[in-house]
Amino acid sequence: MLQDKDRIFTNLYGIHDPMLKGARARGDWDNTAAILARGRDGIIDEMKASGLRGRGGAGFPTGLKWSFMPKQSDRPCYLVVNADESEPGTCKDRDIIRHDPHKLVEGCLVAGFAMGACAAYIYIRGEFYNESVVLQAAIDEAYAAGLIGKNACGSGYDYDVFLHRGAGAYICGEETALIESLEGKKGMPRLKPPFPAGVGLYGCPSTVNNVESIAVAPTILRRGAAWFTSMGRPNNAGPKVFCISGHVNKPCNVEEELGVPMRELIEKHAGGVRGGWDNLLAVIPGGASVPLLPKATCDDILMDFDTLRAARSGLGTAAVIVMDKSTDLIKAIARLSKFYMHESCGQCTPCREGTGWMWRVMTRMVEGRAEASEIDTLEQVTRQIEGHTICALGDAAAWPIQGLIRHFRPLMEERIAAYKTRVQVRLAAE
Amino acid sequence: MAASNAAPFEQPASFAFDAESEAQIAMIVARYPEGKQASAVIPALYVVQKQMKRTTGSAWVPVKAMDAVGHRLSMAPIRVYEVATFYFMFNMRPVGTYHLQVCTTTPCWLRGSDQITEACRAATGIQGWGETSADGVFTMTEVECIGACVNAPVLQVDDDFYEDMDAEKVNQLLAALRRGERPPVGSMAGRQRAAPEGGPTTLTTLQFAPEA
Repeated sequence: MLQDKDRIFTNLYGIHDPMLKGARARGDWDNTAAILARGRDGIIDEMKASGLRGRGGAGFPTGLKWSFMPKQSDRPCYLVVNADESEPGTCKDRDIIRHDPHKLVEGCLVAGFAMGACAAYIYIRGEFYNESVVLQAAIDEAYAAGLIGKNACGSGYDYDVFLHRGAGAYICGEETALIESLEGKKGMPRLKPPFPAGVGLYGCPSTVNNVESIAVAPTILRRGAAWFTSMGRPNNAGPKVFCISGHVNKPCNVEEELGVPMRELIEKHAGGVRGGWDNLLAVIPGGASVPLLPKATCDDILMDFDTLRAARSGLGTAAVIVMDKSTDLIKAIARLSKFYMHESCGQCTPCREGTGWMWRVMTRMVEGRAEASEIDTLEQVTRQIEGHTICALGDAAAWPIQGLIRHFRPLMEERIAAYKTRVQVRLAAE
Repeated sequence: MAASNAAPFEQPASFAFDAESEAQIAMIVARYPEGKQASAVIPALYVVQKQMKRTTGSAWVPVKAMDAVGHRLSMAPIRVYEVATFYFMFNMRPVGTYHLQVCTTTPCWLRGSDQITEACRAATGIQGWGETSADGVFTMTEVECIGACVNAPVLQVDDDFYEDMDAEKVNQLLAALRRGERPPVGSMAGRQRAAPEGGPTTLTTLQFAPEA
């Protein structure tokens, strides 16, 4: 179990002062110039050695991503921070932004420096208005203290940090849609390649990182890669902020080691499943996009990228959505289908048409007003959407349904049978 | 009878940025590189919505205002229209004094967002999504996950999140709003942000240098 001394987000609950004075007391901005003095390669090598995997969902190694930026560029380079946290179940970046904003601002400087960027744009979801006020205040403080701006931290490096608010579009959490949106357009994902490291914001080399990935960087660089890899499991290093929502006694955010057993996470920090562990039905372990896991799997599964992938689900954003036995699971997943239909940008036909189709069929499945053979049809349609769109929203819409069918097909069949029985009884009565 | 979201409404004949808005736009445009002022379109539409709220009491984006944004940022009007209609947070028709936004996505639904919806309906007389109450005080919108899932269910009022809600707390909140009060944002159950109820299970052993 992670100890307090190894926790990175020491003000996760906002008990202490989030602003510069409090942040400094917690160790932020402590001799940042010395970190920059290690040079671009020094920073990137340390980040690679730490094994940090991106905290936004995909789990791509952060140091490696930074190394894709050109060493020499005749165009400006940008760091773009993805603070468009919208994955249902996820609310970790919100707490980093409002309670530890200086970790993010300092992270912007060291990450941007390491990739040769001239500025960072932090794209925050529009709904986080109050959070954006806190973050802007932290940015203003950092400018006033000479930590960013001209000659940032006395390093001779000029670096700007700008905050940009989105306006309510889940799709802008996709990195190229985010860039489009930041350029003043509809948030429609771009085809890759070219990747942002070659052609990103304003056609310039850019790297898009999640808030948490950036905010942990200064601490990793201060305490060293060896410290970071001493936590977690091989290839799944370090601590991570988990969001535990749904049918638990005490929903909360908590920072724990990667690889923590799911049961321990829920029972130790979130007060356990409502009605006890045996009342558990299923858990969505990594935000709405990943397939759910039935209780039997949850009993002993570890919360890290590789273990969850092996169980045909994923760590995603580490947003653990707990559902007890009172849950209408088909309805819970149907609501996610509605979410994806609402959030599809409409660019690719399989997603634009498919998300609506899946939602309509799922709505009938909730009632049982379907044929049992339609479960297979539904499953086939999810396969035709998955992997056939520019971005991963199509996949994300398909996976929750696939997970439901994989683990709870008998439940769907029962409901269909029950509906048929009801109709027959009614007809007989007439 | 609440006004349906298809009820006709009037578009103002003209729109001009006031001094406050002009100052904000100048500050916003300065964040982006020379020639990339189109980046300011979303922030500028927020400025419009705030100005409408200030001057008319209703936060929305009229067509003439989109034209003004296009003119200010050297964008074709259609480019502004497509942005304003793509993003969910721009109201393309007038809304009530308070914009109630009920999150009904799965994490909130599991914690009882149906009861929040019912309580809002009962207290405002609004039936369908997007409608405005007969007295013009409330508009009620269904929103997708707003990112406060461990404090579900959440009711967003304008820009503020009210968390850990139940039907009784909805009644209290809406009554306070009607009195012109604005209760403190955050957990209506009085817990510390996203810490577990009853106090954190972590971060209890740390001492920091005095912050004073």
